[in-house]
Amino acid sequence: MDIVIAVVSAIFLLLGGFLCVTGGVGILRFPDFYTRIHATGVTDTLGAGLILIGLMLQVPDVLVLVKLVIILLMTLFINPVATHALAQAALKSGLSPLLQSKNHKGG
Amino acid sequence: MLIAATVAILVAMFLAMIRGIVGPTFYDRILAVNMFGTKTVLFISLIGFVMGRPEFLDIAIVYALLNFISVIGVLHFSGSVEFRHDDHDNSTVEKDS
Amino acid sequence: MDSLRFCNPKTIKEDNAIELLIDIVLLSFLVCIAFAIVRMKDLFAVIMLAGMYGLLSASFFVTMDAVDVAFTEASVGAGISTLLMLTTISMTGRYENTTRHRPMLALVVVFVTGSLLIYGTLDMPYFGSAQAPIQLHVAPHYINNSMSEIGIPNIVTSALASYRGFDTFGEVVVIFTAGVAVWALLMVNVQRRKNTEIDDANNSTHEQHFIVRFVAKMLIPFILLFALYVQFHGDYGPGGGFQAGVIFAAAIILYSMVFGLNTARRVISQPIVQLLTAAGVLLYGSVGIVSLLSGGNFLDYNVLSADPIAGQHLGILLIELGVGCTVASVMILIYFNFSGRKNDRELEEHKETT
Repeated sequence: MDIVIAVVSAIFLLLGGFLCVTGGVGILRFPDFYTRIHATGVTDTLGAGLILIGLMLQVPDVLVLVKLVIILLMTLFINPVATHALAQAALKSGLSPLLQSKNHKGG
Repeated sequence: MLIAATVAILVAMFLAMIRGIVGPTFYDRILAVNMFGTKTVLFISLIGFVMGRPEFLDIAIVYALLNFISVIGVLHFSGSVEFRHDDHDNSTVEKDS
Repeated sequence: MDSLRFCNPKTIKEDNAIELLIDIVLLSFLVCIAFAIVRMKDLFAVIMLAGMYGLLSASFFVTMDAVDVAFTEASVGAGISTLLMLTTISMTGRYENTTRHRPMLALVVVFVTGSLLIYGTLDMPYFGSAQAPIQLHVAPHYINNSMSEIGIPNIVTSALASYRGFDTFGEVVVIFTAGVAVWALLMVNVQRRKNTEIDDANNSTHEQHFIVRFVAKMLIPFILLFALYVQFHGDYGPGGGFQAGVIFAAAIILYSMVFGLNTARRVISQPIVQLLTAAGVLLYGSVGIVSLLSGGNFLDYNVLSADPIAGQHLGILLIELGVGCTVASVMILIYFNFSGRKNDRELEEHKETT
């Protein structure tokens, strides 16, 4: 049973780590702000969730588990809201998305 | 596996840091800081487990909370500053015409 | 690397090598960000990078096992100071002025001082060395006797609040003075706040952010509760008055950012905040006076109760409460004054244009 939990936890942790790196590559390589926010917004929440679940499988006592659940819940609430507020503010400030036609004109 | 995840988080932090330094627009930087903050929360939780001191999670909770507050704060003030100049200019131009 | 040779070789295990590697990576990130901050002209970007710097240094403190310091850095460096710097910048301007002269003399002075300091570190004991003066002087006493003399598990709290209570009193007075100074410089006329004009202008900007308002409303009670947890759990885990005060203030600042300054002022009236600022310092000081009157030294909590350990617990609880009160209300006061100033200016501009 222990080995099963260890393996499952390892899978979660590795997947989460992979997603985090993917988000990092996305924020660096994507061409404009809206694609970047897409890259991080999606991978951040899922990656954080996976890593926290991976940690939850290894907890020594209940208090730690409760704290991890609190962090997970807050990540689930706060990350999308922050991303949403950021995208809205950017759009309102007049930062226009990079569109195909514009790209053709530019390049 | 904890170590592997920690290294992955560090790599992601590095990439976000580059975007924060390079980031052409102001919003890119906020995005980078936000991502950096999430990564810090994860990093601190993981380090707590690596070192066998799970009370580090308190700090992770503080980060998760303050990260939100600072993003909202930045948006609040960026609205009032950046706009104020732009809007002000626009409105005077409109009035003149 | 050199310092490693002088450490006890038994302690260098695989774990330590990984921690060392993580330390090196974090420190090189810090250097990168510091260079970027120096080169930036856009002050907004500088604030963002300073926030990252705060996040990084807290991670670094965590890997160094300095949990309480990391906690303080988390709440102050990454949270409040970003907000306060942003309020400042929203009043001054976004771009740094270009300097026309080349401050060569300053560069030389900095370079010489820096190299002298680095030269000075060569005489210092190696990092973590057991022969360092810090390990031989009072620290062993604190570490060995804290449990029997004070009776709380977190040695940092017992050193901060009891052994070094007088130093902490000084810190609280410094924070109080800073708050009073900001208040004296930026005091806004509260009477003018009566008109509803700003109110409407203030609310209209936030009307659209429905989701943010909803989530903030949900989170604020939780943040306040967490601040109380940090305040009263400081004896057992990382935390204490300073961190709790800052977290509490951050919750109030979030409220006033999302719902407008005037709504926040209606919830928490400024005179009460001003009173609390002084009340915290007074509480701290009067614990000291009471212990003097009961026949002990200043801030010697043993005499506060029949049982010395219970006296220590009571004293630490009270002074942490005083610290929390002062820190929270000074932060709120500074924020209120800064952003009240900004609102006033916007109102004046508004009047001028109409």
